[in-house]
Amino acid sequence: MEFLVATGVGALTASGVYLLLRGRTFAVILGLALLSYAVNVYLFAMGRLAVGVPPIIRDGVTAYTDPLPQALVLTAIVISFGMTSLIVILALRAYLETGDDHVSAEPLAEPDDELA
Amino acid sequence: MGHWIVVPVILPALLAPFIILAARFDIVVQRTLSMAGAVALLAVAVTLWVGAGAGPEAYRLGDWPAPFGIVLVLDHLSALMLVLTGLLAVAVLLHAIDGFDARGRHFHALFQFQLMGLNGAFLTGDVFNLFVFFEVLLIASYGLMLHGAQEKALRAGVQYVAINLAGSTLFLFAVGLLYGVTGTLNMADLAVKVPLVAEGDRPLIHIAGLLLFAVFAVKAALVPLHFWLPGTYAAAGPPVAALFAIMTKVGAYAILRMSTLVFGANAGGAETWLAAPWLVPFGLLTIAVGAVGVLGARRLRDQTCFAVIGSMGTLLATLGLVTPQGTLAALYYLISSTLAGASLFLVCDLVERGRASGDADTIVPTPPFRGQEVVAGLFMLAAILMAGMPPLSGFLGKLLILDAAATHPWQGWIWAVILSMSLIVIVGFGRAGSTVFWKSAALPAAVGPHRPAACGVAAAGTLIAAGAALAAFAAPADAVLSLIAAELHTPAAYIQAVLGSSPTILGAAP
Repeated sequence: MEFLVATGVGALTASGVYLLLRGRTFAVILGLALLSYAVNVYLFAMGRLAVGVPPIIRDGVTAYTDPLPQALVLTAIVISFGMTSLIVILALRAYLETGDDHVSAEPLAEPDDELA
Repeated sequence: MGHWIVVPVILPALLAPFIILAARFDIVVQRTLSMAGAVALLAVAVTLWVGAGAGPEAYRLGDWPAPFGIVLVLDHLSALMLVLTGLLAVAVLLHAIDGFDARGRHFHALFQFQLMGLNGAFLTGDVFNLFVFFEVLLIASYGLMLHGAQEKALRAGVQYVAINLAGSTLFLFAVGLLYGVTGTLNMADLAVKVPLVAEGDRPLIHIAGLLLFAVFAVKAALVPLHFWLPGTYAAAGPPVAALFAIMTKVGAYAILRMSTLVFGANAGGAETWLAAPWLVPFGLLTIAVGAVGVLGARRLRDQTCFAVIGSMGTLLATLGLVTPQGTLAALYYLISSTLAGASLFLVCDLVERGRASGDADTIVPTPPFRGQEVVAGLFMLAAILMAGMPPLSGFLGKLLILDAAATHPWQGWIWAVILSMSLIVIVGFGRAGSTVFWKSAALPAAVGPHRPAACGVAAAGTLIAAGAALAAFAAPADAVLSLIAAELHTPAAYIQAVLGSSPTILGAAP
């Protein structure tokens, strides 16, 4: 399971970074979303991976999972969700008002398709 | 200080929704509430500063015992940052209520949320909460940056949000790593646990520390992570940019706090003063980039942005000295450069309004406007404060820095870069000032109805006067700041205030 989770986080991060470095806002936003998924899974794994054990103390149970990373992930999800929705709106407005969806401040003279 | 410690977070957090809900339609009520809030914050900050004299004090939220619950910690450094934030907030509001706040909606609510995030970041004693307060101040800053924005600001806004989202992700990776290795996120507890980490896990702590450093360096606009700053600050309205002058300092504050407390002398091993070897060279590079930018800028706003970058370079390079003397100099310069950056942005706005034409901050001679002499005087004083010429506090700040660097192995480089780049900054500001104010005074007057508003002049004047006071009372300031530096470099009292006394902590105390 460790290998699976680690590979998953790695793949998400790698694709996220790749998309983040693209030239157009849509790809950048997808990249940021993938990165935030990666970090959520990663934070979760930092409480050690455990299957089918409760986070809260109760009678007759000896094995527990760490509840703190779950709380951290919950907070991180809420924040990244809000931030992603904000940047989507911002990118849409920037596109509608300038007619151009490149991230760079000085748009390239020639619309550069390999950047997209 | 008891419950007063939480007031700087709670007060704006309650005031902002109240402004949105109850005073949405009346700008005058909004202004009154917002100003009252900022003045109250400043008063509370000063009270806290007085109370911090008794040593660091922890405030347990929900009264949960320390390493498990969340704590706010008041010490001299956080109280100093609170006072600085309060002073800046009052000055910026004083400037903004002269019409700037009516250019868009919800300026005052966003402003209060921004203050909440700033105060929280300065007070928190928990790494994850530092992340949360960073997000609070960032999301408010996105709104403020786009307040009354033009087209070009939107694109700069996208870049700003994107780079900060990427930074937040890195922050979370670092937080996760720290928690995975040490099992705690409380800063004081981290300070105890980091030296005890097993040998095999030390590289992980090292990575976590450097990731955190990278995140804070993005906030502090350290070259090569500074690219977002000129676009963002120049696109934001100048009063907003003036408030943002303290936002870069949040990054510097976080570096200072983490490097002295968690990765400080107690840490032992390779992660002691983790970021220090990077701070001096990259700080010097940042100074150079800032100075060249000041010389080459074609607009007053861009020039101020690069001056802010240069001052951040000076500040961070000084933090890289990691001696109490260096920390003292850094703190003095931090106060001075915040006042300088903010007052320069406010003066930019006065010029733009005086000229009252599109693209009004270009550095070209234009016909003089009414009250230009006053604005010119303010610009000169603010530029002197920023460039570090006598008699204002910027000069003493740089003097302290040069003095602190005298024993550092890089002394030659530090002295050469700071002195030569200060000269370039002086030339840059001199050129801009003489073009904008002097040459234009020779043109035939096309005096329009515009003149600088009294409250705008008062706002910039207050900040410059604070810089002058810092220079006039340099000896007491020096004594107080050396106390803070000593407090930072012997964190045992801080740790004890948060965790209570326990054998491990006392053993770790130097």
